Amino acid sequence: MRRAFHAGLWACAALAVAFLLLPVLAIFLRVTPTTLVGELNDRVVLDALVVTAKTNAIAIVLLLVVGTPAAYLLASTRFRGRALVLTLIELPLVLPPAVAGIGLLAAFGRAGLLGSSLDVLGVALPFSQAAVVLAVLFVASPFYLRTAVAAFESVDRDLIDAARTLRAGPARTFALVALPVASAGLGAGAALAFARGIGEFGATIMFAGSVRGATQTLPLAIYAQFDQNFDVALAIGALLVVVSAVLLLLLKLRLPWARSASISPFGAVRSTSR
Amino acid sequence: MGPLRLDLTVRRRSFDVALALALERETVALVGPSGAGKSTVLRAVAGLVQARGRVSAAGETWLDSEHGVDLAPERRSVGMVFQEYALFPHLSVRRNVEFGRKGQAGLLERLGLAALADAKPRELSGGERQRVALARALAPDPAVLLLDEPLAALDAHTRAEIRGELQLLLRNAERPTLVVSHDFEDAATLATRVGVLVEGRLRQLGSPAELVASPADPFVASLTGANVLRGRARATITGLTELELPTGELIRSTDRAEGDAVAIVYPWEVTLSRTEPDDSAQNHIGGIVASLVPVGNRVRARVGPLTAEITADSSERLGLRVGGPAVASFKATATRLLSQSGDDYPPKPPSL
Repeated sequence: MRRAFHAGLWACAALAVAFLLLPVLAIFLRVTPTTLVGELNDRVVLDALVVTAKTNAIAIVLLLVVGTPAAYLLASTRFRGRALVLTLIELPLVLPPAVAGIGLLAAFGRAGLLGSSLDVLGVALPFSQAAVVLAVLFVASPFYLRTAVAAFESVDRDLIDAARTLRAGPARTFALVALPVASAGLGAGAALAFARGIGEFGATIMFAGSVRGATQTLPLAIYAQFDQNFDVALAIGALLVVVSAVLLLLLKLRLPWARSASISPFGAVRSTSR
Repeated sequence: MGPLRLDLTVRRRSFDVALALALERETVALVGPSGAGKSTVLRAVAGLVQARGRVSAAGETWLDSEHGVDLAPERRSVGMVFQEYALFPHLSVRRNVEFGRKGQAGLLERLGLAALADAKPRELSGGERQRVALARALAPDPAVLLLDEPLAALDAHTRAEIRGELQLLLRNAERPTLVVSHDFEDAATLATRVGVLVEGRLRQLGSPAELVASPADPFVASLTGANVLRGRARATITGLTELELPTGELIRSTDRAEGDAVAIVYPWEVTLSRTEPDDSAQNHIGGIVASLVPVGNRVRARVGPLTAEITADSSERLGLRVGGPAVASFKATATRLLSQSGDDYPPKPPSL
């Protein structure tokens, strides 16, 4: 009975792992690696790569610049409705991407909530590269914000107080103590957000469209190519798998930037030289 | 540096902390049970918690709620040592110490930290961390020094040594210094005056010797390490007072008291023997040895309701063992009596 139970557990685990790995492996097994690399030279792929890199870079910078102070405030201040705000910023996590796309159109589209005001300013967001950035920001922000809030919350309150008694005002305390001590968590959050951002598909295709060289990111290029040139689609898929795997590995291994700020590479050198 | 004057109230969930104190260039320790509001006082002086009242130091007003003065922590000249030291984990010893003010090579040297200047806090021992925390607090030359349980994070065997170091350092600190501790011995070593804080109120303030010689109440007595025995007192024709314990035993004292009272006997006034001795001591209490705890070259023995402190040598000579019989003796002249009208003595046995 016990043996049968254990065999059952192992069988379920094996089935789950196999099911999750098979599609990923299939990408690499269908065509030879040389073909895969060759297909990456395709114009479509290069265009999509540039669009993806550019839009995600802008999105991540915006996210860090605005999201980090916002997370610090949410982590260090108690105010009425704080729990509600924390829940609301996680909403995009559970929102279907199609809803995100339609929501962005309803807000920033020509006929949308802010559309006419943007029109006056001569800005037309939908189907522009800026729209890609907005779509990426919308779906990726919660990943960064919630990790960053948790990272700031775990900074020992005494460290902040110590900085204050050492003549540092709130801004200096944030820059010199809270930020570096929380940097490990912030790095992890940024990596998660980046991973989500480069894979963004649903909201982008609805809000920004799939215009080659302008709004067609790598995931959109896969979709555009898979009935035209399946090998190109596979090659892009392989590329995204590699990038995602590297990000996952960075998170798991906590490479230097993702490591606790209290652990410096010099520490290891010191202790071995003793 | 000028004196530190404080007269403040901090609202807390269970009770208010209210304290008035004036410190010259001296070290005052606040002792009391955990949760008595000791750390709250330090934080209020530093401006880290909201308080009402007045705080001034070195002729500068930091807090005056009547006139709307409440300086932010960074504008008060305090150096604070936190209980777990709160060293910045991402900065080297040097950069920790120089966080408040640059150019501290001399201070690092003086505190024996020069060789550790490039180390990170996690590479340091407990004692070293404490020294870094002290150096960091002293670096900006603050008007007031605040230390929150500076010895609590240390293990027992480094503690005595560090306490000695700290005592020397505080003696030379030359500024009003407020130390918080839950341990009377630590407080008595570090401070010239000790204040006993219970539930946010000062029970007694005096030199360590004064607190030991005439504790204001049983709680202060037990905090200073005394045996506290409750009973009913009545005068006898011999001129001594007899205190009848709930167990029926009688304790004689040269002090006067009537009715509900407590007897206070210090462990070092209690002698131990195997059988009841024929000596001048008026008080003999027989019992079973409940525990024997070595403290350095001494042994603290618990016999019946009493703790006795004897030399390790004597303990060995008597062949004392846990579970064995012993008689505790102490003189009527070494037995203080405190009348007890109300009952504000928390039922807490003296710590072993």
